[in-house]
Amino acid sequence: MGLAKRIIPCLDVTNGRVVKGVNFLELRDAGDPVEIARRYNEQGADELTFLDITASSDDRGLILHIIEEVASQVFIPLTVGGGVREVEDVRRLLNAGADKVSINTTAVLNPKIVQAAAAKFGSQCIVVAIDAKKVENQSFEWEVFTHGGRRATGLDAIKWAEYMVSLGAGELLVTSMDRDGTKVGFNNPLNKAISDAVEVPIIASGGVGNLQHLVDGVKQGGADAVLAASIFHYGEYTVKQAKEYMAQHGIEVRL
Amino acid sequence: MSKIDIAVVDYGMGNLRSVSKALEHVAPSKNVVVTSNPAEIVQAERVVFPGQGAMPDCMRELDARGLRDAVLYAAQHKPFLGICIGLQMLFEHSEEGDAAGLGLFKGNVKRFPSPDMVDSHGDKLKVPHMGWNQVYQVNKTGSSPHALWHGIEDGARFYYVHSYYVEPQDKGVISGFSLYPKQFTCAIAENNLFAVQFHPEKSADAGLQLLTNFVNWMPNSA
Repeated sequence: MGLAKRIIPCLDVTNGRVVKGVNFLELRDAGDPVEIARRYNEQGADELTFLDITASSDDRGLILHIIEEVASQVFIPLTVGGGVREVEDVRRLLNAGADKVSINTTAVLNPKIVQAAAAKFGSQCIVVAIDAKKVENQSFEWEVFTHGGRRATGLDAIKWAEYMVSLGAGELLVTSMDRDGTKVGFNNPLNKAISDAVEVPIIASGGVGNLQHLVDGVKQGGADAVLAASIFHYGEYTVKQAKEYMAQHGIEVRL
Repeated sequence: MSKIDIAVVDYGMGNLRSVSKALEHVAPSKNVVVTSNPAEIVQAERVVFPGQGAMPDCMRELDARGLRDAVLYAAQHKPFLGICIGLQMLFEHSEEGDAAGLGLFKGNVKRFPSPDMVDSHGDKLKVPHMGWNQVYQVNKTGSSPHALWHGIEDGARFYYVHSYYVEPQDKGVISGFSLYPKQFTCAIAENNLFAVQFHPEKSADAGLQLLTNFVNWMPNSA
């Protein structure tokens, strides 16, 4: 037996609380991040991702405090993203206890930050998050969006993925903006196209509504890891149930 | 200096917080010190040698801080745990940047040949090898399992993130392997030294058990 496919619960954090929205809007409170992180770890989560969606820069320090607290209690990999603007932000998050830092909007505004951060801290801790949306008016199928899905970039998501890996991204977190919060399943054609195009692992994100979606994400979308938020936050399923379901469907997981 | 139970070698490469936090968690009564002071490493009862990033950079930074001799001394005289690049640096040479290592073990560090690798379903295997893989323990003929595998199931999963792996010339030092898709060495053991490719500090219960075993390990009395 070999490498297991990973299940990664995602915690969107603002003002020190975990929240979940639909299509990046309408935020609902889902609880205390440290408590939720501990619960997912006990359920067998393979990794945890924290996205800091705090709007104002005043509250940036809060996420560092949360990561410090989680990292001293939970011994699985922690990824943190949101608001990473410079190499110094990467350093601060790693020092607080993050194992990987996810870069999104800043990578589009200034791709060299990916290169600089990978050179300084190693590709293993640099994740590039790609928010993509299906488009009709371009020569390509999926376009990269930034600023939480509000701003089009004119970039082809597949080519962008290849470019980010060439600059040193060690992993890609691919979110379908069409699917996020909709519970209709991952965008598997998008994920598959990116997974086939690059050598590094990809994490599928956006749209999980049931456990079969996780299986499809791996089998149809070629994802190395699947990320989900709401199905876990509101107690619909535990991480353990998700893993057992995947195992029953022939996917190698850590049980 | 107050007594140092466990020194975590800091040569300026990456994040050592995870390692020290995990050690403090399993050994709350021990004095764990993250240090780049050779004297502290030589004086400590036990030494952990972590590493992340690229091996050529790690070797350069190690030498820039004058830590080579202290690490070599610890590796030969104290309970010593190498992690990730801390395993790779113990070998003679790495394909990564064509770098020379510390040369304590004969053999090379090689890269996974990514474009050629597929799993049993024919799907492409990614590099870096990232995630939880099964670790199969290797025990010397006729001897009981190594003290660092105590309480850990054979085939337990540990967390990995790496693109290079060690290939020891002396197969007798191999203490564990994983499959990706071929067998590669993920743990070596010799006398007072144990070194692993995976990250025990990020491997939940199995990893914490291995760190507990290290903290309690008395190699010379075995």
